[in-house]
Amino acid sequence: MSVLVYTENWEGKFKKLSYELVSYAAAMAEMLNTSLTALSIGEVDSAELESLGRFGASKIVSIENEKLKNLDNQAYTAVIADMAKKLGARVIILANNNTGKAVAPRLSVKLKAGVGAGVSRLPSSLEPFTVYKRVYSGNAYAHIVIKTEVRILTLAQNSFDIAEGDNKPEIEKLSYDLDPALVKTEVRDVNKQSGKLLLTDAEIVVSGGRGMRSPDNWAPIVELADLLGGATACSRPVSDEGWRPHEEHTGQTGKIIAPDLYIAVGISGATQHIAGVSASKCIVAINTDKDAPVFDVAKYGMVGDAMKVLPGLIEAVKNVKSA
Amino acid sequence: MKILVCISNVPDTTTRIRFTGSKKLDTAGIQWVINPWDELSLTRALELKDANPGLVESVTVAHVGPVSSEPTIRKALAIGADSAIRVNSDAHDAYFVAAQLAEVVKADNFDLILCGIESSDFNGSTVGGMLAEFLQYPSVSAVSGINIENGNLSLTREIDGGKELLSLAVPFVAIVQKGIAKEPRIAAMRGIMMARSKPIKLVEPVMTEPLTEIVSYEMPPEKEACRFIDADKPGELIDILQNVEKVI
Ligand SMILES: Cc1cc2nc3c(=O)[nH]c(=O)nc-3n(C[C@H](O)[C@H](O)[C@H](O)COP(=O)(O)OP(=O)(O)OC[C@H]3O[C@@H](n4cnc5c(N)ncnc54)[C@H](O)[C@@H]3O)c2cc1C
Repeated sequence: MSVLVYTENWEGKFKKLSYELVSYAAAMAEMLNTSLTALSIGEVDSAELESLGRFGASKIVSIENEKLKNLDNQAYTAVIADMAKKLGARVIILANNNTGKAVAPRLSVKLKAGVGAGVSRLPSSLEPFTVYKRVYSGNAYAHIVIKTEVRILTLAQNSFDIAEGDNKPEIEKLSYDLDPALVKTEVRDVNKQSGKLLLTDAEIVVSGGRGMRSPDNWAPIVELADLLGGATACSRPVSDEGWRPHEEHTGQTGKIIAPDLYIAVGISGATQHIAGVSASKCIVAINTDKDAPVFDVAKYGMVGDAMKVLPGLIEAVKNVKSA
Repeated sequence: MKILVCISNVPDTTTRIRFTGSKKLDTAGIQWVINPWDELSLTRALELKDANPGLVESVTVAHVGPVSSEPTIRKALAIGADSAIRVNSDAHDAYFVAAQLAEVVKADNFDLILCGIESSDFNGSTVGGMLAEFLQYPSVSAVSGINIENGNLSLTREIDGGKELLSLAVPFVAIVQKGIAKEPRIAAMRGIMMARSKPIKLVEPVMTEPLTEIVSYEMPPEKEACRFIDADKPGELIDILQNVEKVI
């Protein structure tokens, strides 16, 4: 019996999300009185692999295989399922990101293991195994019993605190014989920006809505985000209009984020928008309309014109940053 | 090529969610709609059919749900699907639904199967992937574009910080998200008339034990009232964010 966590890497590196995931999985292993193994697929150096130990993984298995360079859902599922069987894993944990969403459901069928998708807490009970997750796009939460012996959980990002120690894990580099017939997707072209802070990873997000009135007014949003070391986001009409890139569209049909601080500027707070940000730890809203629904979910509010309020906030941030 | 679009029937996204007791959704006054991502998949499937009439033979929608979901299925037919299949059962859990859809695909040999990235009720993001594994078909997730070039399918997949262009041969399951179509297609009067005579094939469910069960619901924690800060005092807000909330 054990707990298995799949830790994805980004160009050979782990990030906060990985450490959150391992911290969660380690706490899960502790609940079950067992140990945690982390599985890494792809080229990651030993120092980086070892870093997972600090968050509670007692063993790291690293698989490098040319055929697994790009995500192929079926092939990754086969690898993770094999590892889970080999370890007798009772709980398998993945991130609730694109990769986790691609692989977890396939694993579920392959191992006949129920999935708790997008959980945000440790199980409230082991017998029956009961997890807690958002449903109805954040308008409610549900307690769900997973009835199978093996369970798969995907962890919502930014929902679990990192716990760092000084464990030194055992590292095993495994060569894996992959059935080449499993890899059926061919990546013909990649277009990506490396090094940019991803909206889903950002701890601070400054977001603009239609109340910004014109794409030409975005400079203070970007400046404030940069000053705070955060990322920029927007409401759907803003990306639909082409004022901002689609990756910034936040909400039910766009990105779902949970930063520590979400600053909504000129956003009315439609339920579909809030569905994407309601798990943020602190929401600040700036709006000309004191009755805008966004103030129902905000912890702090300022009633005023964005173009007048933002320069003041930027100055105030500069003051504290230089102090 | 035969396209199958799997559709889920969900409360309209502006619905005020309430429960009767802690286990049952209060359905009074709820307007039911096609899950937003499924509506976009259907739109894209129809666009592909319009643009490749020789190649795309038909667009069918499949739904696992009771007879009360039929208005949503009719809506999909009115938007332009050629036919529909309803598996006559409550949707017990994602595993159960995927097992039923797998039978639907096997019975009619669909080539391209489209599922939405999630259903706006249970937010599980699981049915599409499960379906693919049941069928032992490849699946691609986070698909924001599907195109047909010279008879071959190419997909755009969203990855962290960018996109990939993929190609693969049918049959496969594409799990789609924002971007797949610009705006959902709206049913025109003619479509609504025609939908009345389009077939909804009824299929009985196969025996499948669900793997999960919702035991209770609860409402999100009450938010404390918003604290308003004078817009002329930005320093006060920044001070709170730094020293009280400790988020900057
Ligand atoms: C199926 C479906 C899915 C959807 N998914 C999403 C989604 O994922 N994300 C999303 O965002 N939306 C989504 N929407 C759209 C959503 O319903 C709203 O229309 C949208 O969120 C409104 O965007 P907004 O707040 O920017 O604009 P508006 O609602 O127009 O609000 C603009 C706000 O700016 C304020 N304002 C105006 N001028 C100023 C100024 N000078 N300074 C400060 N404030 C000012 C106004 O008081 C107003 O509150 C969805 C809708 C549907 C039907």
